[in-house]
Amino acid sequence: MNGRLIHGMVLASLSVFSVGCASLPDQGLNPQDPFETTNRRVSDFNDSLDRSLLRPVAVQYQQVAPELLREGVGNFFGNLADIWSTANNALQLKPMETAETGLRVAVNSVFGVYGLFDWGTRLGLQRHNADFGQTLGYWGVPAGPYVVLPIFGPSNVRDTVGLAVDMEQNLWTSVDPTATRYTGTALRLIDRRAGFLGMDRQLDQVALDKYAFVRDAFMQRRKAQTRRGAADKDDGNGAADSGKEERYDQ
Amino acid sequence: MRTISTTVLFSFQQLLSVICGLGLAWALQSPALAQEAPDVFMQRLSTDMLDTVRKDPALKAGDLQKIATLVDTRLVEHINFRRMTASAVGPAWRQATPDQQKRLVEEFKVLLMRSYSGALSQVKDNYTIVVKPLRTPATEAEVVIRSELRGGNEPVAIDYRLEKTPDTASGWRIYNFNLLGVWLVDNYRTQFSQEINAKGIDGLIATLAERNKANNRK
Repeated sequence: MNGRLIHGMVLASLSVFSVGCASLPDQGLNPQDPFETTNRRVSDFNDSLDRSLLRPVAVQYQQVAPELLREGVGNFFGNLADIWSTANNALQLKPMETAETGLRVAVNSVFGVYGLFDWGTRLGLQRHNADFGQTLGYWGVPAGPYVVLPIFGPSNVRDTVGLAVDMEQNLWTSVDPTATRYTGTALRLIDRRAGFLGMDRQLDQVALDKYAFVRDAFMQRRKAQTRRGAADKDDGNGAADSGKEERYDQ
Repeated sequence: MRTISTTVLFSFQQLLSVICGLGLAWALQSPALAQEAPDVFMQRLSTDMLDTVRKDPALKAGDLQKIATLVDTRLVEHINFRRMTASAVGPAWRQATPDQQKRLVEEFKVLLMRSYSGALSQVKDNYTIVVKPLRTPATEAEVVIRSELRGGNEPVAIDYRLEKTPDTASGWRIYNFNLLGVWLVDNYRTQFSQEINAKGIDGLIATLAERNKANNRK
């Protein structure tokens, strides 16, 4: 309980740090991004933190830790996350996604030794990620402006609240003793970062303005994930709006 | 006598039609005959690309030279780069001179190929593409094709916007691409207008060229 409280407080102070600094909207050019000046500053902070600490550690981790161990770490925390995804898929009234992700948790928890081995994927059971921010969006809560959180990165006002709930609900949050919990959380963070090592340079290569590229992609993706109607019948992340595009080449 | 001449005539007609058919197909790619349903076309094209990459270690490793060749020989004819560029540039496209438009298309194409090569280098052996059934009738001039990349621990949604083009073999051309809910062309719109507002169309061309040059040095 104490750990949960600390988690909540840390997250709350982080969001106050990023949103609060910008309580007066910046006079940016983009009406879609009222906190742009602050967001850019936090992005820079995250980037330098990544460059100086997280990325080098992740590189070391990938070189030193054997593949089997890294897979186990990813699978274990992935399985914990799948439990909460199952709940959120259910809250979003998606029976197929709920069943598939739920079955995955069952298979991996029992036969995969607490999720260390991912038998689910091998059996063709795929993960359908769903978080609480998505659930809120699904039920009509607007995303609000774009917010870049320190350490956590791209978000919006709604998803920041969602993230607090996600962390609260994660089983790892209630692990005792504290040392084990923090070591685990750090390991999870490093493992996830290591998973992106091949792709992080690409973002720099394809974007003209990395901040704008990430922002627009994030906002588009969250919108697609929370879209309702015919679109979410078979998946929650498709590009359902088949409206016509305006064309300028004619 | 009559029987023989009919037979001869018949076989001659057959031969003629075969020759004509082959000739036509070869010369014109016989668009009216060979055109496919858009979902069939995308299933064929994406499976074909995936198979090609799987079989070639250099492509899998993200060898840009080889990927460029692959894209040029197999993919370019199926993509409308001009429309994609115009859409990313927005209203300013109409103010650009033909020469500026041409250069914008060239530079944007190189940049898009960079993203594509990055995606290809992530392909694993067990990946498959499943194209979903069409939602709109294939008779529409523009359709959205939805597909899923499977094989990883979670499915990856990949969608395409296709336009009907009677002048190509398949009858369809791609003009936008969606990865995980993000339309690629749309995602460049703000960045492009930022550049144009600050430095004009030539400024955007210069920035794109600079980015491509920097990417090549790496």
